[in-house]
Amino acid sequence: MKRFLKIYLEKPELAGAVLLVVLVVLFQLRSNGVFLSAENLRGMLGLLPEMGLVAIGVTVLMICGEFDLSVGSVFALMPMSVAIMLNADVPFAVAVLVGLAICALVGFINGFVTLRFAIPSFITTLGMLFMARSMTVVISGGFPPLLPADLPTWLFTRYVGPGGLIRMSFLWFGAIALLMAALLSLTNLGNWIKASGGFLEAAGAMGIPVNRVKITCFILSSMLAGFAGLVQVLRLGSPLPSIGDGLELQAVAAAVIGGTALTGGVGTVLGAIVGALLIRVIDNGLVLTQVDANWFKFAVGGLTIFAVIANSWLRRTARGIRVDQHA
Amino acid sequence: MTMPIIECRGLHKWYSGVHALKGVSLAITRGEIVGLVGDNGAGKSTLIKILSGVHRQNAGDVLIEGKPADIRTPKHAMRLGIETIYQYNATVPTMSIARNLFIGREPLQWSLFGIGLLDQARMRQESVKAIADVDLHLRSPDALVGELSGGQRQGVAIARGMHFKSKVFILDEPTNHLSVKETNKVIGFVKGLKTQGITGIFISHNMHHVFQSCDRVVAMARGEIVFDKPAADTSIDEVHDYL
Repeated sequence: MKRFLKIYLEKPELAGAVLLVVLVVLFQLRSNGVFLSAENLRGMLGLLPEMGLVAIGVTVLMICGEFDLSVGSVFALMPMSVAIMLNADVPFAVAVLVGLAICALVGFINGFVTLRFAIPSFITTLGMLFMARSMTVVISGGFPPLLPADLPTWLFTRYVGPGGLIRMSFLWFGAIALLMAALLSLTNLGNWIKASGGFLEAAGAMGIPVNRVKITCFILSSMLAGFAGLVQVLRLGSPLPSIGDGLELQAVAAAVIGGTALTGGVGTVLGAIVGALLIRVIDNGLVLTQVDANWFKFAVGGLTIFAVIANSWLRRTARGIRVDQHA
Repeated sequence: MTMPIIECRGLHKWYSGVHALKGVSLAITRGEIVGLVGDNGAGKSTLIKILSGVHRQNAGDVLIEGKPADIRTPKHAMRLGIETIYQYNATVPTMSIARNLFIGREPLQWSLFGIGLLDQARMRQESVKAIADVDLHLRSPDALVGELSGGQRQGVAIARGMHFKSKVFILDEPTNHLSVKETNKVIGFVKGLKTQGITGIFISHNMHHVFQSCDRVVAMARGEIVFDKPAADTSIDEVHDYL
């Protein structure tokens, strides 16, 4: 029994998951059952992949000990460049691949500059936040380009599943989340990511190519952010240069709520999803329970601080539980 | 005399104008535990950083079992059978014992371009055995290294080297920041190397630790070896006179 308690208390996403359940129950009661209705779930789950994908990328990067503040800007830059290519009659698939390659390049620059000049990634990606946003506005020419009408948007936006509960984008999100979770916990690269963030000197001394591991995570983070931006633009039907503004901090909040340590080495993909879902639940729940929506940021902020305190308390408690061999 | 397992011949190293190693030659035979002592800046760290692949010498040769070896990276040193136990401890506190044991050398079920699926069953099984082999009794290979004491962590690092059949252990002040009880445990590990026929180079500031565990004492000062005698034929006072 003690052993099980310890195992669960050590799960970094536990605090977030408990909060999620509490909030869902609370909103369900306060909204007289509307919150968990199929109609509302459709809306909520339809939006989740966009923020969830960004949170996963940011989480993996944080586990390996680095930050990415540029994800919000890349979220806008990627679909904007795709839209411009589409308007120049580039086929959809090619435009998307080139768009993802641009994201990969941004991620590579983030990582390369951070490691080559040994500066905090907080600074590098803060710079990239401004630069990528500026580029987005510049290439849009001030007027958001129109998307051609014959795009395979159904690949991302069509409702599927029982009762049309989820969008296609949710399937992409689920598949990517599973892939990333498997990468982290089942592969040697996942081991290296955790080791690089957990204790960089040890990872290097044991022969792990830490710089390559980190650059890989920077690239992943950028590509997931760009892909998420594309999903949102295809849902909205128009590439606005302002989308994703402030998303970088929400993604960090989601990661932290989900139990990712700011110091690196600790975190899970499930935690990132729990964090992202919590933020969506608050956003949606406040509206349904007729609370002034301006309280949204207040709630997310309070929750972030609370989750971190709860997590460190849980971890200390888990550590205090001594399990002997035969328990 | 049998062939030395590791030998340095005339090693020189300059760091931006500082002549850190001035022609160091040292031959160590299999199964020998050598205590390497000396003040800060005497060149001990430089010497072992060359042997563990962190730095490269500017002149001179390193031979492993008689064959010249150009040790380029820490990974390369490990492949040559040289395992280094660092004073800051090269384990990751946020990871489990089993995962720490195989960091950078994970057994894979399959792989593509070097990235692949971990063989976790094998990692757990073999880590249980490796830990028991160094007389360390831990409850589970899934426990986080961060929950272990400092001495136990060094034990995990030593078990790791043993598991990968390292021939030479370089122990870089492994007893720093440890309590007396934990220090004794680490000295026990060092003595255990000898019974398994493993060669050890034990770097320490503490002369007592060296005399407790080593066969031979080598002292360095100002980038040179100034003293080299079997531990049985010398005393702490004599070594001190040379430093």
